[in-house]
Amino acid sequence: MDKTILEMQHITKEFPGVRALDDVCFSVTDKEIHCLVGENGAGKSTLMKVLSGVYPHGDYEGEIIFNGTVQKYSNISDSKKAGIAIIYQELALIPELTVYENIFLGHEIKSGLVIDWNETIQKATQMLKKVGLDVNPTVKVKELGLGKQQLIEIAKALSVDVKLLILDEPTSALNETDSENLMKLLRDLKKHGVTSVLISHKLKEVIGIADRVTVLRDGRTICTLDAQKGEVSENILIKHMVGREINNVYPKRKSTIVDANVFEVKDWHVYDPKVGREILKNINLNVRKGEIVSLAGLMGSGRTELALSLFGNPRKYRVNGEMVVSGKQVHLTHPEHAIKAGLAYVTEDRKGNGLILIQDIKQNITLANLRAIAENGVVNSNEEVVASKEYKNSLNIKTPSIEQKVLNLSGGNQQKVSVAKWLFVHPQILILDEPTRGIDVGAKYEIYMIMNKLVEQGMSIIMISSELPEILGMSDRIYVVSSGRIAGELSANEATQERIMQLATD
Amino acid sequence: MAFIKNVQKTIKENIRDYGMFIALFAIMIFFTITTKGIFISPRNISNLVNQTGYIAVLAVGMTLVIVIRHIDLSVGFLAGFMGAISAIAMVSWHLPVGVVIPLVLILGILAGLLTAFLVAKLGIPAFVASLAGWLIYRGALLLVTLKTGTIIIPNATYNAIGNGYIPDIPDIGILPGAHKVTLLLGILAVIFFVIGEIKNREKKKAYDFEVSSMDMFIMKMIFVSALIMAVTWVLAGYNGLSWTFVIVLVVTLVYHFISTQTVLGRYIYAVGGNPEAAELSGINVKTITYIVFGSMGMLSALSGILYTSRLQSATTIAGQLFEMDAIAAAYVGGVSASGGVGRVTGSIIGAFVMMSLTSGMNLMTIDISSQYIVKGAVLAAAVIFDVATRNRSK
Repeated sequence: MDKTILEMQHITKEFPGVRALDDVCFSVTDKEIHCLVGENGAGKSTLMKVLSGVYPHGDYEGEIIFNGTVQKYSNISDSKKAGIAIIYQELALIPELTVYENIFLGHEIKSGLVIDWNETIQKATQMLKKVGLDVNPTVKVKELGLGKQQLIEIAKALSVDVKLLILDEPTSALNETDSENLMKLLRDLKKHGVTSVLISHKLKEVIGIADRVTVLRDGRTICTLDAQKGEVSENILIKHMVGREINNVYPKRKSTIVDANVFEVKDWHVYDPKVGREILKNINLNVRKGEIVSLAGLMGSGRTELALSLFGNPRKYRVNGEMVVSGKQVHLTHPEHAIKAGLAYVTEDRKGNGLILIQDIKQNITLANLRAIAENGVVNSNEEVVASKEYKNSLNIKTPSIEQKVLNLSGGNQQKVSVAKWLFVHPQILILDEPTRGIDVGAKYEIYMIMNKLVEQGMSIIMISSELPEILGMSDRIYVVSSGRIAGELSANEATQERIMQLATD
Repeated sequence: MAFIKNVQKTIKENIRDYGMFIALFAIMIFFTITTKGIFISPRNISNLVNQTGYIAVLAVGMTLVIVIRHIDLSVGFLAGFMGAISAIAMVSWHLPVGVVIPLVLILGILAGLLTAFLVAKLGIPAFVASLAGWLIYRGALLLVTLKTGTIIIPNATYNAIGNGYIPDIPDIGILPGAHKVTLLLGILAVIFFVIGEIKNREKKKAYDFEVSSMDMFIMKMIFVSALIMAVTWVLAGYNGLSWTFVIVLVVTLVYHFISTQTVLGRYIYAVGGNPEAAELSGINVKTITYIVFGSMGMLSALSGILYTSRLQSATTIAGQLFEMDAIAAAYVGGVSASGGVGRVTGSIIGAFVMMSLTSGMNLMTIDISSQYIVKGAVLAAAVIFDVATRNRSK
């Protein structure tokens, strides 16, 4: 019974400048459900990519032993052949193809040179029965809901001879009924001899299903806990997940809060017609003058969507609710209006939708408020240089010249340009979405200093962050967002890593 | 020594900007030699300018369309159709030229806005939306010229747009044979250019900015002034400035100004560089799309007027393949298909490069089949050069 099916020994994987995995050991016994938990960036996905051959043998240190033999995969199809199937968060189904075409995509049943469609449909029906899904295999995948699509992914994985099924946050986009169905299916599959590894942020789910749990933190294995020995509980898991020391990297500031709301959101509901569900439910929050308010939570909890829905709603969600800026009720239908109302939004993805990489620093800084340096629609390029140089100096953007293309800057300096761009619109409320992601420690500290200076000058900041120490170190008040709703509000005094994590995984 | 270093540095830093200029220069010298000077003769250059006009204005509009990551295939037959409308307006409706031209330009804008509606509002890819326009305007052109076939235009004012030259003062004995108003305008242009540059430099100094060294500054002024004078001298040797030349010049200057100096221009390039970031910066991407396609429609109408006037008649196939010539000119001129990059002036140079090749090879009596192959190779080479220098600048 307790035969070890997978053994990953001393896995170390480095990216330029970062050690993503540091001497990680991970083993899975036959016919168990093994959960892998950890914060964002703990190394879970990287570990699974090593296992599946996305990072080929030689790209990492350490050994993978599967079914008793050492494996050296050079790509994904090698690991597939060995019997390892991975189902990612973003589903890999082709929406325009039918269910049966999707299930056998890549390993079509052929007679001679042509595909035997009748045989395919019949086999597909069997597979669907196996995963307990009652749909017609000839419908197109796009016509099915996410929960059913997830099951089809599993059917697809089962259609080849799979020994180890890995699911990377399968329930993050599912509603409760679909999640429960999926968990039931995993238990059923276990009875039929399929071993699963489940990566999940939802600790209740993990506690409900896991035989064993391995906790990763900062690229290291912290421990493996056994459910049968009663080692698995929410408190223990959270303690291991966040057990990091907070070192004193956060600059102090004197409290500058003026007790007057500059920003208020009431009964905010957001429906995304593209995914066909309500992504944010009944959000209520307020921000006072000179305050830093954080939105904590895990990736995918809906914080960026919330920021976008507040900032003029460029993604055209259907929004219901009330927003009050500086005592005035506003209805914003374009970022243009949001900027006019006094909002600014530094995006999470500075390369994707924050900056124009092929343009230079000064053009990026002035873009959102170009009219301030224009007369009758003609840009005064000299004023532009003056303004940009001011921000280059005050934010300490390291560059030989403001005519440098943003493309050529480091992540930290790009982030400063992004911040400068939004300071140039002189907002009252600055929304910072993951302001320190992917930048080095020194630049992080500088960003924190800038934030402190801004609130001291009377600006209010809403910070979205997935880094708990950052949230605890910088915020006056914290809202924890989980699955599209506010799971709790904490003052700086009562907030701890454990408390936040508990609410975020609720 | 420092001077030579400065020159080298300037050329190195701006090779991308001047590359096509140098290429045009090389092509002109090549044809001048191979045709024993006929190519550079005032008469040929004058014709060359007039032939390039209707493609050049299209290339200007197309530059901005490609900059915002779209394409407009309908411009050729739209130009042909608008030309035919102008002919009918004069011949059948007996409208005066002063009414016809604004009317046709406005119709062009409306046509452009219609394409923009399909693209921005309904989300149809520009390629498909404008391909539909290509078919529709082609049919419309045939429809309106069906009964009469070619429509001959008897209006001298209208026909002067594509064939006429600006008037000259009467011969007073000095410089016989040269067009004196043209020379005068050339000298005025040089004076304005020099004053503008000096003022600009003073302003920069007032802001305490770094300016290029004095010798480089003087070099640049001498070079550009000499170029302006050389072009005017050659043109003055035939009939002087043609109206087509004047129109192309005005269009180029206006569009160059808008695209480099105004808020609107900045917005256009921002939308091209990263539409999502532009939208989040408060720029209305849809509005920009309407403006750019609207301007493209207006320039298509202008191109139609230039062409119809040049032929002094509207034909059933007017405008055929203009869109391809305009797109080729824009790419030769350094526009990037991935958006956000490309200059109006570059596309004008691109148009002249392509037309110089046609003209030069015609003079050398090279077969039309080889001409296409050469032009195709030049287009490919220009884009390869562009991609290569872009990667290096990273």
